[in-house]
Amino acid sequence: MPSMTNTDFSLSIEDLTVSFDGFKAVDNLNLYIDKNELHVVIGPNGAGKTTVLDLICGKTKSTSGSIKFLNQELTTLSEHEIVRRGVGRKFQTPSIYENLSVFENLEVSYPEGRGVFGSLFFKRSEKVISKINEIAKLIMLDGEMETEAALLSHGQKQWLEIGMLLIQDPQLLMLDEPVAGMSVKEREQTAELLNSISKGRSVLVIEHDMEFVERIAHKVTVLHQGKILAAGKMDEVQKDPKVIEVYLGH
Amino acid sequence: MGGYSYGELGAIFAMQGFSGISLFSVLLLMALGLAIIFGQMGVINMAHGEFMAVGAYTTYLMSSLTESFFPAFLPYYFILSIALAFIVAGAMGYLAEYVLIRHLYSRPLDTLLATWGLSLIMQQSFRSIFGAREVSPTLPEWLLGAYPATDMIDIPINGLFVLGLTIVVTLGVFYLMFKSSWGLRVRATTQNRVMSGAVGINTKKIDRFTFALGCGIAGIAGAAFTTIASTGPTTGTLYIVDTFMVVVFGGAASLFGTIASAFSIAQAQSILEFFISGSMAKVFTLLVLVLILMFKPEGLFASKVRR
Amino acid sequence: MSFVYDKLLGGKSGAIGLLVLSVIILIVFPMLLDGFRLNLVGKYLTYAFAAISLVLLWGYGGTLSLGQGIFFGLGGYGMAMFLKLEASSPENTAIQSTPGIPDFMDWNQITALPWFWEPFSSFGFTLLAILVLPALFAYFIGVAMFKRRVGGVYFAIITQVIAVILTVLIVGQQGYTGGINGITDLRTLNGWDITSDSAKYLFYYINCGLLIGVILLSRFILTSKFGRLLLAIRDKEDRVRFSGYDVANFKIFIFCFAAFVSALGGAMFTLQVGFMSPSFVGIVPSIEMVIFAAVGGRMSLIGVVYGTLLINFGKTTFSESFPELWLFLMGGTFIAVVMFFPNGLAGLWSQYSPDIIKKIRSTFGMANPELPLSSPGLKETNS
Repeated sequence: MPSMTNTDFSLSIEDLTVSFDGFKAVDNLNLYIDKNELHVVIGPNGAGKTTVLDLICGKTKSTSGSIKFLNQELTTLSEHEIVRRGVGRKFQTPSIYENLSVFENLEVSYPEGRGVFGSLFFKRSEKVISKINEIAKLIMLDGEMETEAALLSHGQKQWLEIGMLLIQDPQLLMLDEPVAGMSVKEREQTAELLNSISKGRSVLVIEHDMEFVERIAHKVTVLHQGKILAAGKMDEVQKDPKVIEVYLGH
Repeated sequence: MGGYSYGELGAIFAMQGFSGISLFSVLLLMALGLAIIFGQMGVINMAHGEFMAVGAYTTYLMSSLTESFFPAFLPYYFILSIALAFIVAGAMGYLAEYVLIRHLYSRPLDTLLATWGLSLIMQQSFRSIFGAREVSPTLPEWLLGAYPATDMIDIPINGLFVLGLTIVVTLGVFYLMFKSSWGLRVRATTQNRVMSGAVGINTKKIDRFTFALGCGIAGIAGAAFTTIASTGPTTGTLYIVDTFMVVVFGGAASLFGTIASAFSIAQAQSILEFFISGSMAKVFTLLVLVLILMFKPEGLFASKVRR
Repeated sequence: MSFVYDKLLGGKSGAIGLLVLSVIILIVFPMLLDGFRLNLVGKYLTYAFAAISLVLLWGYGGTLSLGQGIFFGLGGYGMAMFLKLEASSPENTAIQSTPGIPDFMDWNQITALPWFWEPFSSFGFTLLAILVLPALFAYFIGVAMFKRRVGGVYFAIITQVIAVILTVLIVGQQGYTGGINGITDLRTLNGWDITSDSAKYLFYYINCGLLIGVILLSRFILTSKFGRLLLAIRDKEDRVRFSGYDVANFKIFIFCFAAFVSALGGAMFTLQVGFMSPSFVGIVPSIEMVIFAAVGGRMSLIGVVYGTLLINFGKTTFSESFPELWLFLMGGTFIAVVMFFPNGLAGLWSQYSPDIIKKIRSTFGMANPELPLSSPGLKETNS
């Protein structure tokens, strides 16, 4: 049952469960994220990390439990409605429109003209163009505006997708393995990017790269078999014997 | 339904039911082939009906040859024809996969169009070789006639034979896909192509044989088809839409679903045909199917999976 | 002015392409061809409406409909029903056992006009029905399918099945529909003889005008943000959905628009050819429309018009002299286009035209300007 309590948290997940033919991929999960917080979820393969993101953004429907974002229940909304409430989500593999230019990728993501007729009569105004330029600069692609997205490097594609979310100014930004396949330098740049964009919003990141997690995380949650194993600051979590067991025990 | 007594109605349902069994058998055999190809490889074979026609023409050819050269062999040739229909249609499927399909695996809609092109070429080939008129093989004596179950109900022998054949083929497919090591490799390829390749499964070979197997079973459907109707160049197109509906309705990947859906579609059509005209029976059946699929697009027997 | 230039004509290359096409169909064909042949071209051009609808739906939207014949047929039958009722006035049908109803109804022992025929005695209603009913039908199909995320091959098959249902229904209910022969013997439109040469010429030009209008309207859609969203949906549907768009609405809209365009072609077909029959509704005509689009280039509004003309000239020529070869050729074309020329004629043109134009220019001693001479209009640009 969706809970009726309101909280001061930006995102509050309570008693969330989803099962697939009896298998519980996420089991009675409770998770709270503050505004201005950059929260990282880690855990071994199959722990249910991506499923949690799927549940928040509506890609998967929960079996029971509640997901509240700014005290609005999300579990009953459809995907595009959740996005319009201010939730942005980046997929594990870069998901951009390969046949469109960088500019067009950002323009298509611009949060106006989202209806059929709105998009037919959408105007590329000065306001739109300057917003696109601003975001392109932030994601270090301002020199590639006319490049077809398919021609970008893997790291640049990851940034472009982050940019496509930022242009919508989401209050909750969810990133699934944002530095996978990136060079060391690109990782550093991405860490800086994430630190700068976490101001004024909540950011939820799934990541495997512990060094990277250490650099960005305000708080860490360790998931194991759909349940929370440990949560807290990175250095606390790293000392937790249960976490060591799961990560190093086998 | 006024004017019929209950006894008569019962007999009508039973008779139409038995005539529906022949249709069920052909549909199921066609659908098994199509479902193997579609369910396991994601490829829609629009030429599937023409592979059935290949089987039917093979049977016709065997019948003509036997009649002219070995008349004494006439009672037995039909069994041989079934095997040959499987081999010929399968071999042609193998060739089609090699020349055409394997280049198009990542583009399902294009595969659909290319196999449509193939079906046009095959239809014209039938017309050029066998003529535009419909042909029928001379069926052996033992396939003709009917078995009188009660004084009101006659069961046609050819229907029983085709049903038996269908059961044997279905069991064979079940064994091949779910019990043999070959089937294991096919299913592994379906679930994770890259991984299967990495563990040493020759996925290209698997694809080719799967496609050939599907077409071969369509060939058997063609041989069975000759016992209930005559074969023309466009025979295949008449059955392809119904077969698609069987596969989609049954949930594509489920063998049980395919059987149940072939049975319900064939029976619905056959029983309806007695009360309303054949064309309206078809309209009604397809309409109901489309409406059901609009509300349950994954088919009736699909299982819930983690995506 | 720049709105017209950029949004409707599609910039310089788009404007040249449209101009060339207009000159060919409006001036060259009427000058070169006799009345009979011109009427034939007019008939082909009505199929081009359906091919254009597939550029939007399939080329850009990635949704293949194998049932565009449904909408072509609905438009065509709507017009045919009106013309048939006019041709079946009680005076014209005095010899029938029930005068005042279409002849095929009389032959099938029907004694009163069915209710769904009644409104088609009004020309206004008929026009409205042609413009609205097919799109409305598409809307219902679209809502049922796209809202439940049915797409890809499933959508293709379901639309094909609906085309089959409609054809079997028309053929089976011959008392109400004219059956396999269709609705024939159409003579006048509001008292004006549509079989006369002058009428045929006029219809040809109206047809061309509507076709160009449809191209302009489609250009407007494709150059808007909607057009880029269509491409985005085709490539990464989930990304569009998780960018806050209700993807189904976009697919429904373009499916309805495609239905509207096809129906317009169907109505013009009836006017120019003088009859409508189920052989323009079912599986085969529907998939032929797909091949028109594929041969012309599924991403090119202008290319598909040439593709439609080429295939139909070929069909007419071959089925007159070598009927056996035609199906081989048609089947081979399907395979070749899919395997080797996925962008069809338009793709070939944008690949080779710069060289050809350069050669022509140097042959005639003209200077070669360093312009991007790619594709005058055959290839629609994405921006």
